[in-house]
Amino acid sequence: MTAAAPNYELIQQDDLETSLLEVSMGPHHPSTHGVFRMDVKLDGETVVDLKPVFGYLHRNHEKLAESMSYLASMPFTDRLDYFNSMTNNWAYALAAEQLIEIEIPERAEYLRVIMSELTRLVNHVSLVGFFVNDLGALGTPLLYAFREREKILDLFEQASGARMMCNYFRFGGLRCDVPEGWLDRTREVVDRFPKFLDEYEKLLCENEIILSRTQDVGNLSKELAISAGITGPMLRASGVNYDIRKVDNYGIYDRFKFRVPYSKGEVGDCYDRFMVRMLEMRESIEILKQALDGIESGPIMGNAGKVFKPAKAEAYGRVEAPKGELGFYLVADGTTQPYRYRVRPPSFINLTVLQDMCIGQQVADAVIILGSIDIVLGEVDR
Amino acid sequence: MSLLGGGIFKGMAVTLRNFVGSYFDKERLTTKEYAWRNDDKLPERAGDYPKEEAEQLSDTTTVTHYSRNFPMLLHDEGEPMDTVRCVACQICERECPPQCIYIEKSKDKKERGGNKAQFYPATFDIDVSVCMSCQICVEVCPFDAIVMNSQFELSTPDRFGGLLLRRDDLLKSNDYYHKIHPEEAAARDKRIADEKAAKEAKKKAAEEAKKKAAEAKAKAEAKAKAKEEMGGIEKPTETPDTPPADTKKEGNAE
Amino acid sequence: MSEAIPHDPVLQQFPEVEWEEEFGTLIVPTTKATEVAIWLRDDHAFRLDYCSNVTGIDYLNREFKEKVKNEEGKTETIIHKDPARMEVVYHLYSMEKRTGPLVMKQRTTREKPEAQSLTPVWRSCELQEREIYDLFGINFTGHPDQRRILMWDEFEGHPMRKDYVEPFDYEWEPTPHDEILEKHQKGKVIF
Repeated sequence: MTAAAPNYELIQQDDLETSLLEVSMGPHHPSTHGVFRMDVKLDGETVVDLKPVFGYLHRNHEKLAESMSYLASMPFTDRLDYFNSMTNNWAYALAAEQLIEIEIPERAEYLRVIMSELTRLVNHVSLVGFFVNDLGALGTPLLYAFREREKILDLFEQASGARMMCNYFRFGGLRCDVPEGWLDRTREVVDRFPKFLDEYEKLLCENEIILSRTQDVGNLSKELAISAGITGPMLRASGVNYDIRKVDNYGIYDRFKFRVPYSKGEVGDCYDRFMVRMLEMRESIEILKQALDGIESGPIMGNAGKVFKPAKAEAYGRVEAPKGELGFYLVADGTTQPYRYRVRPPSFINLTVLQDMCIGQQVADAVIILGSIDIVLGEVDR
Repeated sequence: MSLLGGGIFKGMAVTLRNFVGSYFDKERLTTKEYAWRNDDKLPERAGDYPKEEAEQLSDTTTVTHYSRNFPMLLHDEGEPMDTVRCVACQICERECPPQCIYIEKSKDKKERGGNKAQFYPATFDIDVSVCMSCQICVEVCPFDAIVMNSQFELSTPDRFGGLLLRRDDLLKSNDYYHKIHPEEAAARDKRIADEKAAKEAKKKAAEEAKKKAAEAKAKAEAKAKAKEEMGGIEKPTETPDTPPADTKKEGNAE
Repeated sequence: MSEAIPHDPVLQQFPEVEWEEEFGTLIVPTTKATEVAIWLRDDHAFRLDYCSNVTGIDYLNREFKEKVKNEEGKTETIIHKDPARMEVVYHLYSMEKRTGPLVMKQRTTREKPEAQSLTPVWRSCELQEREIYDLFGINFTGHPDQRRILMWDEFEGHPMRKDYVEPFDYEWEPTPHDEILEKHQKGKVIF
């Protein structure tokens, strides 16, 4: 099933001989979003074969988590996908909450949704910035994106004490309540965000360079996307309407009215992936507005005991992280430590199809295709 | 399709608007001034502080009131080691995910702040080159002895000495805590006070109940004695009162 | 949550498949795995076209003690035996029907861990099975490209196994604490 390199014959042109060129892109290359390497076989400018190589950041997160208590691996989940620590926390809490029945208070549920949608904004806005950076638009769009991201990170800091490594969710609720006035500040940021998005769309969406560089590049068919377990915006860009927020209705997502943007064209090129993310941000803002209206004061922590010690059981909890389906699979054996702890990282599995998308494309496009997958190496390598 | 190159002009217009707008609208600035303590009153430049204030700030500067960096040990008013809250129970050492806390229990016990004598930490080291600022030690501490500091200027050329914070480096007063995290500290103090008050009220109630029980007992005894003296003649009006009241009070005392 | 999938039709179709009540999983013999997987993917009642999570579990020979109250009200200690084995777990969902998950396990021995690769059925297994091969040492027959993925090629052993012992001098991070420094001075720590 793996897309093999097509049988390639060297072209003999009279007395001029050409040969395939093997290039190792990375691991230290600005376009690889971390320490990631692509072994590329090139015929001139065209990619003939590509093999992703990773593991440079491997720290065996799963083994670490199996050697400590359930709660103690919560801060380590922040470091998986360090852009989206809030959704990582949620996925882990969701899996653990299946092991022990804990009632989660209303306010905590609302705050969880608010945090995770803010995270989605952070991820998508900076991803779009990085993506156009890969296209060659160095600096300007990325700085605009980071300016907006910074405002949300300030909110995270006020709520949890840290900007990126939030460590904010707990089994049965949240670690602490948000400070006074935080919701008003969030509403301000959320209200201002569409204005920025309008500008951003004006800047990027109809730009000829972006159109010609991204359209019909890195196509991913619907069938392959489903079979390869692609999730998140990448799957929806290939024309599959599948969003775990809608399918599982975890948390209190069934209370909010929002649409799931997905591509109708079924081409699944880089531009689709880019546009799906742009549209998803608008929907996140809608959810945020509803959540900020609906939230009421109350407790933020369920009555989970001091010691988290579930009985023998298995649980799989998954959330729609900004990058795709983030799942945690826990096997409890009746002690305070998980017997098996597994992370299903979305960006790792989305990399499965990198090879298929890149073969036949230009080498400069391989960089864009990788950028449009949206990987974070902390999560890929774990 | 629109005019060829139209997207570029549109994009340039956005860039221009942001450039000009950044002079009028603070929200459009892509970079931010280094934020000092009070997020509303930002100085123009770091050097704009009066000298004394700047000096004072340099060891308590934080990015905001909410940020956390590395843990510190709290002590109440007075000599640090006489009022340190930590009793060296070693829960934080056990729970710390990256295992960066090293505690040695003292051999003797010491009385602190009117409480009964407890152990104190003879050694309390935090290796901040390993610490990941996760705040789990703060959460698990039953004595509110360890909280997060927000000091971040810790760079040092000595990896082994400089990044190992010893007990005396970690000891900080409660006032300092109030200075760097006012909201959190106030909430924590309130909780401690409430708990203490509740405990005292309970104690008082228990004592009172005990007293009452003792009184009742004495009364009953006296009555019994009187009864004996009276030669076993019963007084039907008083007897049914005492026994149920007695048990009730004792139940309270427990 | 999306609705759970009934497992009875699978048991009827394939008598070899067992149902483990405790965890609610299908135990598929390794010889039949591909066949069952293709049927689950293509059967109209299931259409499990999306294999979300693939992982391995390593069970050592263990005993569990459980205190149970018997009819007379006395507590008894029951010892459960957990035999040594290795498992490959698949979490299957259906994108078409929006149902799931159905959990499927391939069970194999610790001595000679071998399972059938389901990469030809679901592409998403490709990298995840490579990871299991790397970290657990389970051999996948029929995998198109079975190499180490996270560890480097020269690495020996499989770190996620429960009995894996790391070489004690291996990438030891020296810390300033006396105990470690002492160890370091004795020459036990090499870095």
